[in-house]
Amino acid sequence: MDFSSLITAMPGLLSGMMLTLKLLVLAIIGGVALGTLLALARLSNNKLLSTLAGFYVNYFRSIPLLLVITWFYFVVPFIIGWLTGTNEPIGAFYSCLVAFMMFEAAYYCEIVRAGIQSISKGQVNAAYALGMSYSQTMRLVILPQAFRKMTPLLLQQSIILFQDTSLVYAVGLMDFLNSARSGGDIVGELHQFLLFAGLVYFIISFGASTLVKRLQKRLTV
Amino acid sequence: MISIKNVSKWYGDFKVLTDCTTEVQKGEVVVVCGPSGSGKSTLIKCVNGLEPFQSGDIIVDGISVGSPKTDLPKLRSRVGMVFQHFELFPHLSITDNLALAQIKVLGRKEDEAKKKGLALLDRVGLSAHAAKFPGQLSGGQQQRVAIARALAMDPIAMLFDEPTSALDPEMINEVLDVMVQLAHEGMTMMCVTHEMGFARKVANRVIFMDQGAIVEDANKDDFFGSPRSERAQTFLSKILQH
Repeated sequence: MDFSSLITAMPGLLSGMMLTLKLLVLAIIGGVALGTLLALARLSNNKLLSTLAGFYVNYFRSIPLLLVITWFYFVVPFIIGWLTGTNEPIGAFYSCLVAFMMFEAAYYCEIVRAGIQSISKGQVNAAYALGMSYSQTMRLVILPQAFRKMTPLLLQQSIILFQDTSLVYAVGLMDFLNSARSGGDIVGELHQFLLFAGLVYFIISFGASTLVKRLQKRLTV
Repeated sequence: MISIKNVSKWYGDFKVLTDCTTEVQKGEVVVVCGPSGSGKSTLIKCVNGLEPFQSGDIIVDGISVGSPKTDLPKLRSRVGMVFQHFELFPHLSITDNLALAQIKVLGRKEDEAKKKGLALLDRVGLSAHAAKFPGQLSGGQQQRVAIARALAMDPIAMLFDEPTSALDPEMINEVLDVMVQLAHEGMTMMCVTHEMGFARKVANRVIFMDQGAIVEDANKDDFFGSPRSERAQTFLSKILQH
């Protein structure tokens, strides 16, 4: 097999990888932030709030990611246009970003919720006894401890997200896998390009996963 | 200073506190004792509103704890509390444990808060440990830090919820020494504890609780001399035998 055409296709592949990573990082940030809010809502004493958050999580965990991506591609531009009164399309990248953030938030929520619940009630009481408000208690005392415990799980989930970003091909976004596919198509060497893409996904995911396991060991000692 | 009036509390159908009434005057040290499950920890947690109660009221420095209009965080910031399991914040250094609430709740400047924290740490004999984390200290040391952390808020009263129950025997005294010193300085204290030696030394009054009710509320000498209720007599004879 001849892999030389990969070299010439490298700039395209690289920009595809940049898009994948950009999507990944923004989706992690947004997903963890939204997931944390959802977790706080699920744990809240307010019945309405916790029911709504529970419904959100169960809903998004029960439908395919591909559906969410295609759905948001058509629905999000419509909603934004409706809200802002303009007709400008927001583009596949942002619709995908919102889809990933909202979908992953459901999974991050469950991780954060377990993390918060693993911190003893005594810590909450101690913070309250010092006069802290609910939000101070969460921000300064509970969440910093919970996140420390959850970091390995959040990273594992993010590695899955890294692989799932390839689903954006459905709305024509040129991420790494899609760039590899189209690059291979052009020169008629699809096999080589897909093998290469598989190797890159494997190295990144497996490498990250190994690092996470090592981190996990260090955190538990 | 602290006035508990006819407080009752239920967990569902289960009544944990039954019509509790007592008072802690300014500068007074009151020890609350009784068998486990008698509601003493629940009662002391009601005093700063960590546990809600369904009937009666508790007045702390003229402010009703039970009233929905009360700013509970503000009230709590004026009442120190020490817990059985210390509850230092494990992700923060000792210095930051002492400074956090001073800065975030009282709005003190960072250097002022740290200075105050260090002074109190020195007072409990631990100034050498300022840069360490809670996990690096022994239980007794952690509890002394916890007391210093509460004192850093300049509390008008201190609540102690079984402060020595989770400690190894050889560490109990170092914590009790700090508490005795506080009592001698005139701090208003309400202490849930089984340390009868501490009660004899510094308590003004002893409250004995059983099954959620205050069975005995007497001056120290009366309590140790001739407790009236049979339940208190059996309890005392059991824990004072050795």
